[in-house]
Amino acid sequence: MIALPLFGFFALLTVGSALIVSFSRSIVYSGFALLGTFFGAAGFYLFLSSDFVAVTQVLIYVGGVLVLILFAIMLTNKIEDATTSNPSLNRIAGAVLTFVLFLFLVGILSGTDWVVQDEEKFASMVTPIGNALLSSYLLPFEVISIALLAALLGAVVLVRREVR
Amino acid sequence: MLFQFGNVLVFIALAVGFVFINLFIGQLIRPSVPSTMKGTSYECGEEPVGSAWLNFNIRFYIIALLFIIFDVEIAFMFPIGVVFKQWVAEGRGMIALAEILVFALILLFGLAYVWIKGDLEWVKKLGNQGK
Amino acid sequence: MELLITLLKVLIIPMLVINLIPLLIWMERKVSAYIQDRRGPNRAAILGVRLGGLIHNIADVIKLFTKEDIVPAGANKFYFILAPAILMFVSFVAVAVIPFADTITLNDGNIFSFQLADLNVGLLYILAISSLSVYSILLAGWSSNNKYAFLGGLRASSQMISYEITMGLAVVAILMLAGSASLNDIVRDQGPLPWHWNIFRQPLAFFLFLAASYAETNRTPFDLPEGESEIVAGYHVEYSSMKFALFFMGEYAAMVIASAVTASLFLGGWQVPFFSTEALRVLAPDFLPPVAFAALVQATVFLAKILFFCFLFVWVRWTLPRFRYDQLMRFGWQFMLPLALFNILVTGVWLLIVP
Repeated sequence: MIALPLFGFFALLTVGSALIVSFSRSIVYSGFALLGTFFGAAGFYLFLSSDFVAVTQVLIYVGGVLVLILFAIMLTNKIEDATTSNPSLNRIAGAVLTFVLFLFLVGILSGTDWVVQDEEKFASMVTPIGNALLSSYLLPFEVISIALLAALLGAVVLVRREVR
Repeated sequence: MLFQFGNVLVFIALAVGFVFINLFIGQLIRPSVPSTMKGTSYECGEEPVGSAWLNFNIRFYIIALLFIIFDVEIAFMFPIGVVFKQWVAEGRGMIALAEILVFALILLFGLAYVWIKGDLEWVKKLGNQGK
Repeated sequence: MELLITLLKVLIIPMLVINLIPLLIWMERKVSAYIQDRRGPNRAAILGVRLGGLIHNIADVIKLFTKEDIVPAGANKFYFILAPAILMFVSFVAVAVIPFADTITLNDGNIFSFQLADLNVGLLYILAISSLSVYSILLAGWSSNNKYAFLGGLRASSQMISYEITMGLAVVAILMLAGSASLNDIVRDQGPLPWHWNIFRQPLAFFLFLAASYAETNRTPFDLPEGESEIVAGYHVEYSSMKFALFFMGEYAAMVIASAVTASLFLGGWQVPFFSTEALRVLAPDFLPPVAFAALVQATVFLAKILFFCFLFVWVRWTLPRFRYDQLMRFGWQFMLPLALFNILVTGVWLLIVP
């Protein structure tokens, strides 16, 4: 009974801050508005009974990725007046593209056979995820570390060239 | 389970309320006599020169990059840490340990690379710059 | 009924933390004074009652409420107000998963727990929530439009994210021992015997976690972001009145939380030395129900442990000098991080060999 308004709240938070991200004239505001979007997504994960994913979303996206984005914004030249605009380019093409994507997603939404869970079935996902990572997803798990390594090396090499 | 997170949400609402009630009460009782001099930013008595929004050293950015990589590692280590004991009890502890080892070693290689290349050095050695 | 209990908990648990803040501020002043061979604050009095300087806290509150609030002309108003609010909010919300006593199984089979939310991901929740305080500091530094504040905010944010890694990895070793990420399970796993507590089973993790939590709360020897002698007060240099008070309270609340988490993870949390919950229930006097007595004793012992770690914060402050920034970074990335990974592997091997 309380779940529906809560869901509405998270949906509003996500969409609202996403709109600020896209339409704000200041890139700094856009960056900070992303906080709301990430939080809203974490809320959705909770509704899907994925406590681990929800908390990880906050830990990594809110606590990590967004900090990196904000650092990058602050590194940018001429950010000092806080209104350095992010000009909207190709509005019509963008609108068309968004609309097509929207239709595509609606198609998926209506075409999927959704599983409806009882509330009693909500259970912690930490142990199942741990077991899955050690058994059926063993190889992907190790590959992830290589992907992370590649990301680390690539980013550091790119950044280092700037310094010299 | 969901109910437990509901508690957290109630708590979040309370925290927001607490913060804003405090600010609001302060707003009611404090004086407000603004002046131009009060509005200048504090630089130990000197007249502020230029804007404070400077560009900062790119090393901070490298630190943030490294942070994300290892943050993801922590996120993956967590569920494995939780089930590790159970796997040992089931006699499959070696697999779990080997997997943690490989995972950590690959990332340690990244750390070692950054370390050896000197990206973690906050003070760049002046002597090397001529080369 | 369940809702009523929740509401009661929501009101009582934060009250506990909020009331610990003035106590901690008083402790900080008094302990600092005695370490420096002074007597500390003792002048403020109500009708001659001084309470050993505790009245000074009331004076502080009155002063902070009635001071003029100055917002720098060049500041970004919205974020300027948001920043202290976030810090206070974060410290507040993290307390939700800390257990204050053992759970009680009620007559109707329901379980009553002395924590707001017994999350299975409790530990990760604390890490995630405390990672949010970076925003407060980044925002404060950026929105003040002050060079000191900006530098302090930058320093603080990269220091905090650096040490968060160590914190997270140190905690993984604890998880492996307990086999659960719920704080209540971790506390219960340690048992009532002090030499079974994680401080003895995981001494390395303890020191890593402690050092990281000092860095996270920006306390000496990691107080570079505030560094009074170089960047005056860092990110909150432009803050005054109630907004400063929120920063102030937020920092002390963060210390309380850090102490509570350290106590839960390493010092057995609510475990009373040598007395298990069952033993305490047997020992209960006649005028109290056994479960209530056990919970009361456990909560008191837990508070004592929290206060001990708070005391340690102050003690360390007057013992160790401040790091230099390059030392800080080297210590975090090149010493603590490899050590934390090493600790995880040792714990893994140990769990494999010792059944």
